Amino acid sequence: MEDNGSIKKMMIILSKATLENVYAGFVLANGARMEGIEAEIFFTFFGLEAIHNKKLDHLHIATVGNPAMHMPTLLGGLPGMEAIATSMMKKEMEKIDMPDVREFLEILTASGVKLWACKLAMDMFHYNKEDMFEDLDGVITVGDFYKQGSGVGTHMLFI
Amino acid sequence: MDKVINGKNISVTEEGFMTDFSQWDKSIGDAIAAENNISLTPRHWEVLNYIQTEYKNDVPLSIRKIGKSGVVDIKEFYVLFPVAPLKTATKIAGIPKPVSCI
Repeated sequence: MEDNGSIKKMMIILSKATLENVYAGFVLANGARMEGIEAEIFFTFFGLEAIHNKKLDHLHIATVGNPAMHMPTLLGGLPGMEAIATSMMKKEMEKIDMPDVREFLEILTASGVKLWACKLAMDMFHYNKEDMFEDLDGVITVGDFYKQGSGVGTHMLFI
Repeated sequence: MDKVINGKNISVTEEGFMTDFSQWDKSIGDAIAAENNISLTPRHWEVLNYIQTEYKNDVPLSIRKIGKSGVVDIKEFYVLFPVAPLKTATKIAGIPKPVSCI
């Protein structure tokens, strides 16, 4: 097969579960499928919360350590501040037809995006496969994930 | 630019999206589908008719809307139009490329 430099597959590593990072990963994966590009997501460390059944509906945006919030760090750390910012963001997202996290996961799997949980992080957090989003493709090692990404035109992205 | 599709001069964008829907008919749709290695079945046409109706009603198209259409779910949409389904389906339907990222 001739390699014209085009992207054939996106391998996205999601290591955070703040809403803005999760959406970035999901939009990129879905956008790839919409262009005929394969996509797989590897959820590791805190990224696992985005596929944890009890947590994925309650993800927040970061109000501390996020200069783009234009909010003083002390203020961002007040109780309830993350919840307020998150609820504001969710309202804006619904306006632009952005699905919530669970619906987005369903869209991704229906679109053929493969979802993998990192074995090491699963062990570390004492999570079981049964705790996770039901259409998860499996719990795999870093080595397995690299094998999934083999081939011409694969790009890897760490979020 | 113009492109000859099914023996007719059709006005299209560089990516092959038609710019004048009045030039479209089913035989043009069939020809564009064949260029994309798709042979249209009645099921394809149900989806294409839905997409054209939404376009005529000025409803912006997205994968999420297709999934909620009640006409086809996202999984089957990818089966019917395996490569870049929304782009391919709108191209066949003779309407502009959707601008949605979702």
